[in-house]
Amino acid sequence: MLIAVLSGFLLALIAPAVCAVSREWAGWTLALLPAALFAWFASYLPGVMADGAQVITYPWFPALDIQLSFLIDGLSLMFALLISGIGTFILIYAGGYLKGHPDIARFYVVMLAFMASMLGVVLSDNLISLFVFWELTSITSYLLIGFDHEDMNARRSALQGLFVTAAGGLALMAGLVMLGTITGSYALSDVLASETVLSEHPWFTPLLLCVLAGCFTKSAQVPFHFWLPNAMAAPTPVSAFLHSATMVKAGVYLLARLSPAMGDSELWTLLLSLFGGMTMFLGAFMAITHTGAKKLLAYSTIMALGTLVMLIGIGTHYAMVAFATFLIAHSLYKGALFMIAGILDHETGTKDVSEMGGLARLMPITAIFTVVAALSLAAVPPLLGFVGKELMFEAVLGAPVLGGLLIVLAVGAGVGVMVAAGVIAIKPFFGERRETPKHPHEAPVSMLAGPVVLASLSLLFGLALFIPEQALVGPVVTSLGGAADKVHLSLWHGINVPLMLSGLSLVIALAIFAFWSRLQPSLAILREAGGRFGPEAGYFRIMEWLTRIASWQTRVLQNGTMGNYLITLVMTTVLITGYTLLSQHGSTLRVPVPALDSGFAWSIALLMLVSALFASITRSRLGAVASMGVMGFSVALIFILFSAPDLGITQILVETLTVILLVLVLFRLPGFIRLSSPLERGRDIVVAIFAGVLMTLLILAATDLQFFDPISAEQVARSAPDAHGRNIVNVILVDFRALDTLGEIFVLALAAVGVYSMINLRAEDQRS
Amino acid sequence: METLMAYVVGVMFAAAVYMMLRRSIVKLVIGLMLLSNAANLLIFTVAGMKQGAPPLIPEGAEAPATAVADPLPQALILTAIVIAFGVLAFSVVLIHRAYEVVGTDDLDQMKDTDT
Repeated sequence: MLIAVLSGFLLALIAPAVCAVSREWAGWTLALLPAALFAWFASYLPGVMADGAQVITYPWFPALDIQLSFLIDGLSLMFALLISGIGTFILIYAGGYLKGHPDIARFYVVMLAFMASMLGVVLSDNLISLFVFWELTSITSYLLIGFDHEDMNARRSALQGLFVTAAGGLALMAGLVMLGTITGSYALSDVLASETVLSEHPWFTPLLLCVLAGCFTKSAQVPFHFWLPNAMAAPTPVSAFLHSATMVKAGVYLLARLSPAMGDSELWTLLLSLFGGMTMFLGAFMAITHTGAKKLLAYSTIMALGTLVMLIGIGTHYAMVAFATFLIAHSLYKGALFMIAGILDHETGTKDVSEMGGLARLMPITAIFTVVAALSLAAVPPLLGFVGKELMFEAVLGAPVLGGLLIVLAVGAGVGVMVAAGVIAIKPFFGERRETPKHPHEAPVSMLAGPVVLASLSLLFGLALFIPEQALVGPVVTSLGGAADKVHLSLWHGINVPLMLSGLSLVIALAIFAFWSRLQPSLAILREAGGRFGPEAGYFRIMEWLTRIASWQTRVLQNGTMGNYLITLVMTTVLITGYTLLSQHGSTLRVPVPALDSGFAWSIALLMLVSALFASITRSRLGAVASMGVMGFSVALIFILFSAPDLGITQILVETLTVILLVLVLFRLPGFIRLSSPLERGRDIVVAIFAGVLMTLLILAATDLQFFDPISAEQVARSAPDAHGRNIVNVILVDFRALDTLGEIFVLALAAVGVYSMINLRAEDQRS
Repeated sequence: METLMAYVVGVMFAAAVYMMLRRSIVKLVIGLMLLSNAANLLIFTVAGMKQGAPPLIPEGAEAPATAVADPLPQALILTAIVIAFGVLAFSVVLIHRAYEVVGTDDLDQMKDTDT
């Protein structure tokens, strides 16, 4: 299983080599992998149908007891089959669609990586690996939308898709962590089997909102739907695969996956039904306002995603059956229709269906299968789409909340997609022949394979309903927590309310379709208004504010004034360390008066105080340098007085050199002038006093405490016998910690090189 | 003795921060020197100050006869003194060079990279 998921990534690595060998056949060759995966996943079907879910576990971090586990049940298997099955045709199709494209190898690499990530999302049992794969799909989607990276519009759409889905991804991560914390396990199978009633947990509402934010952005629900139509800037195989059949369904997948654990809450039912229903209606409505084939299909995809979310929200038995059936039907016909939209674009040179006409004579095979797929989209019997739509009406009629509203939305959406289906199937192929920028021919086999197979399956599944019922819908309903033995799909339920609703929407749809061309101008006005006041305008507003805040923040934080940086650093340290010190040791902290025991030490200390203060207030450079000298030698005296002769010697040598250096260099610089105002000086004095007080308190606290014995006892003991040295400090430097000393020598050498080269540079300047 | 040094080190830190906040770049260097001295003394003080017990082993003996001052902080401070000198030498020459190029020693005038 691990190899199956990761094989896509491995093949992505060698895809450029495959392309180098044969550009013509690369698509067919690479498609062997998803085809093999499809067969392999299919081999799990009998087991899942018989025994239910399986969890396959690999040790990941055994020391931390973290497993990389995969969950195989009806739901994940259905998605895996759709991904690998449609993926096979997409790769073949891409070979024809992008024939001769210079970057086709890059396309295959990202596409295969996406496929592997998507399989990872639907098969992961571990919430963390699910999230990682989830984000990988966002990133590969970004790369694929922006595949045509010289096109400004494609780049902008890619970024928009990434921002929206990644923002949702962050919320999802928070949600998944909450989920793991509440149930005590990061394995989906444990979360689902957990006895904790999630909806009664105090964190349930934030948890639900975070998960929904992630799923709604990914699955393009209102009000986050706007990125999906823009993502149509991608090459058509990408739109067909990512933005209709698979990636956008990741959110739907996760909602379905979590519905047994979270679906008993009223808030869940309400939010999913409401947002799903609205998305369903809006998607269908927006679809008929567009004439671009891909945009139209994108909005009908939004409609389908809304329908699926709504069905998960309703959560009754019928809703689960409808969910599974509708999902399969949608993936089949929408994958086919997207590929056909690509064929039309490829052959005619235009994306606008209102500019096409009478193509059926030139492209008979394409025309036939377009009609089949569009009939499934329009939910006409005996196609699978009809069964899905009937079940959807049935489920909506039994909805626990918002029943009336959802019926109206569902009928409206049904009308919308029927019109859309009519537009996509009839406008380009029938009627008067119209001249297009390119002279169209029948598409090559590689591009026809996908639409033909997928459209045929829509018909086959509709006629032989027991195949999807037994193999897919039943197991999915089981994994959603329903009863599989109650699942029964049929084309004819007798004359009932769903059938009447279907009939009603068909009549309205026919009426609208007849006037579709004449309605276009007024629909376009609505579309404009939506663009100006819709959520996408909000997105642009947010992005604008984001850059504004970022530049304001840069101006404030990166102000280029060194003093401000330093004040920020010092005050942050004072506040954080001071707070910790006072809260932890505030009760034991004493501020004693130093004892007057050693007059010699007192006079040295006094010398240091005076020289430090004098250096800070003097206006003479020589005075400052001299007082620094006094300071340095006083420190040396302290070292010598308190048992550190080596330090004293070093300090005296270094101090002598320092004073010489300062005298040599500083007098080439201008004298001290007062640059800052009294107010600034006052502020700096306050900051400095805070820093000084903090250090004093820290020392007082530290001398009182001793948590450990000094670690140098061993070094003292081993100095003479092992290292043959009697000066322990020297032994530590050149023996025990010799590598440190070596590093120090390098630092000094580098500083010396720097000093030398800068002095040399000046000499050269003067010469030239 | 540690108590007295705690106050002295506090004053040194305050003076160092004040000097580093000045706009004149020469004062920044003075502040830097004060800071490194203060830091060295801080380590020295916190490690415990002991009079008349240098970490030396008498001739012929394997270990010091009595308890000696902790040698490890001393080794660290010794490294720090030398490194501080390296930093100081480099920064002094760098500042001199910067003054030659920019023509000012006011840090607030040195905000831009393209002068």
